[in-house]
Amino acid sequence: MEIDALYSEIITEHSRSSRNRRRMENPTVSRQGVNPSCGDELTLELREDGGVITDASFTGEGCAISKASASMMTDIIRGKSRTEAARLCSAFLGMIKGEQPDAETLDALEDAAALQGVSKMPARVKCAVLPWHTLKSAIEDLKDQ
Amino acid sequence: MVNIKNISDDFPILAQKINGHRFVYLDSAATSMRPNFVLDRIDAFYKSSAANPHRGVYALAERATAAYEGARAAVARFVGADTDEIVFTRNASESLNIVMYCHAQYALKPGDSVVIPISEHHSNLVPWQIAAAKTGAELRYLYTDAETGLIPDSEIERKIDKTTKIVAFAHVSNVLGLRFPAEKLVARARCVGAVTVLDAAQSVPHFPVDFHGLDVDFAAFSAHKMYGPMGIGVLYGRRELLEKMPPFLFGGDMIEYVREQDTDFAAPPHRFEAGTQNAGGAVGLAAAVEYIGAIGWANIESREAALMRRLTAGLAEQKRVSVIGDADPGARRYGVVSFNIEDVHSHDAATILDSFGIAIRAGAHCAHPLLDYLGVKASCRASLGVYSTEQDIDRLLECIPQVRRKLGYGD
Repeated sequence: MEIDALYSEIITEHSRSSRNRRRMENPTVSRQGVNPSCGDELTLELREDGGVITDASFTGEGCAISKASASMMTDIIRGKSRTEAARLCSAFLGMIKGEQPDAETLDALEDAAALQGVSKMPARVKCAVLPWHTLKSAIEDLKDQ
Repeated sequence: MVNIKNISDDFPILAQKINGHRFVYLDSAATSMRPNFVLDRIDAFYKSSAANPHRGVYALAERATAAYEGARAAVARFVGADTDEIVFTRNASESLNIVMYCHAQYALKPGDSVVIPISEHHSNLVPWQIAAAKTGAELRYLYTDAETGLIPDSEIERKIDKTTKIVAFAHVSNVLGLRFPAEKLVARARCVGAVTVLDAAQSVPHFPVDFHGLDVDFAAFSAHKMYGPMGIGVLYGRRELLEKMPPFLFGGDMIEYVREQDTDFAAPPHRFEAGTQNAGGAVGLAAAVEYIGAIGWANIESREAALMRRLTAGLAEQKRVSVIGDADPGARRYGVVSFNIEDVHSHDAATILDSFGIAIRAGAHCAHPLLDYLGVKASCRASLGVYSTEQDIDRLLECIPQVRRKLGYGD
C-alpha cells in the first residue's frame, strides 16, 4: 500500500492523540498486551457499568500503527455493550486478516476502518491487532468477574 | 572478479528498484548481499562437482571432497586457525550451541560462573542461560558504561574471578557497532583459567581476525554476514578442546567404525559434521573469503571507516535524532550504528524509509537485555557492507527528516 495511505491524516492524528491514552481510576478490568517481536506493550483499561463499557483507555509504548489502532478502538467501544464490543473485535480482526467487511461493518468500525490497508502489510499486521487482541482478553476477564 | 571502482556493481540484488526508488541497503549486519563471484562459484559447484563429499571414489566425488575440504582450508587461513580446527555448521548460533552442548554442560558445576557482556546477541546469551540452568552455574553480566557503551576495566577485573569457567563475548556489538577489548577479556580469562568463546559474526566482515593471535578457545561466525550464502557457518575450536568433546549430532560421516552396539567417532572436525553437509555453502563461503581478499582489508577498512564517519557525523547534525551509546561521537563504530528519532517508533521509521527504497533494521536487534539495560524500547539500525556508498549514506540522511513529517510531527 502507498505510504501516505498507511500514515493517513486520520491514522497519524490518532497516533499522536493523548485523549484515550491515560490511566483510569478504578477500572473494572486492566489487561496487558505485549508484542514480543517488536517490544510493543499496551495496557488496556475498561470500566463496565450494567453491562455497558462506560470508559476505555490505554497506556504503553508502541508504534504509530498500534497507538492509532488503540486510540480508535477505545473511541469505538465506549458506550457499547460487552457483546457489541466483542462483535466489533471479531470484525476488526477479520478485516486485518484480509476478509472484506460489508458496508455496515465498515461503518460500525468507524475510524478503525482506515486501518484496512494494513492487511496488505504482513510485517505490520501485528501492530494493528495488538490492542484488539488485548480487548478480546479483557472481555474474557469481564466475563469471569 | 572485483569491480573495485564500483563494488556495488558486483552485487546484482542491489540493482533493483524498491518502491520506485534506487535500492539503498543498510542492513548488512542482519545479512550481507552476495556478489556474482560467490553466486557463480556456488552455481558452478552444483553444475559440475556436486557429488557427496567423503563418500564415493569416482571422479566427481573426489572433486566434491576437494572443493569441500579446500573451502575448510581457505576459511582456516582467513581466520588464523589450523584446518582441522574449523567445523562447518549452519550458522554462528549453531556453532555457539555446540560449545554449550558439547563443552559447557560438562565443564560447569554449581558454584562456577559464566561471564558475558550485557550487550550480547541472543545467540551468545540464551545458550549460556540454558547452560547455567542445566548445571547450576551462575550467569554473570559485564555491564557496559551507559555513556560510552564500553566495558570498564574494573568490571572485567571484578566479574571474571576464580569461579569463572567460561567468558563469552562478541568481538563487535551488533547494536552499538563498538569493538570490545578481546585481548583484555582473553588475558583476564586466562588469568583465572576460564575458556573463552568469541562471537565473531560482526567482526569477520569488517577487519582481519586472527583466532590463534587472539588466543581464544572457541569462535563462531556465519557466512551470510560476510558476502557468503545463508545456511553455513563456522565453529573454531582449539584442537585440544575439540578432541575432548563428544559429538553434537550422530549419523553418517561422523564415525570411524560402527559395530552393532557401539561406535568409534571420527576425529574433529568431522566428528561434528553428521550427515551430508552444505558443501555448496562451504564453496560459497570460500568464494566470499577470496572476494574479500581481492578487495583487500586496507581498502575495506578505509572505505568503511570513511562511510561510518560520514554517517555518524550526519546523524549528529540531524535535529531530533539520538545515537544509542553515544557519549563520544568520535568513537569508532564497525559497520553498525543504532539511533532513534524523537517521538517515532523504529518500526514506523523503517516502514517510511522503505517507501523511499531504504532498508534499515528496526526493533530490538536480538538484544533485549541490552535494550532493557539502556532503557530503550527499540531502535533503528543502519549497517554497512563493502558495497555501501556515500550516496547511500546521503540518501538515508536526506530521508530521515521525512519520517517525522509523514507522522505529522513538526521539524
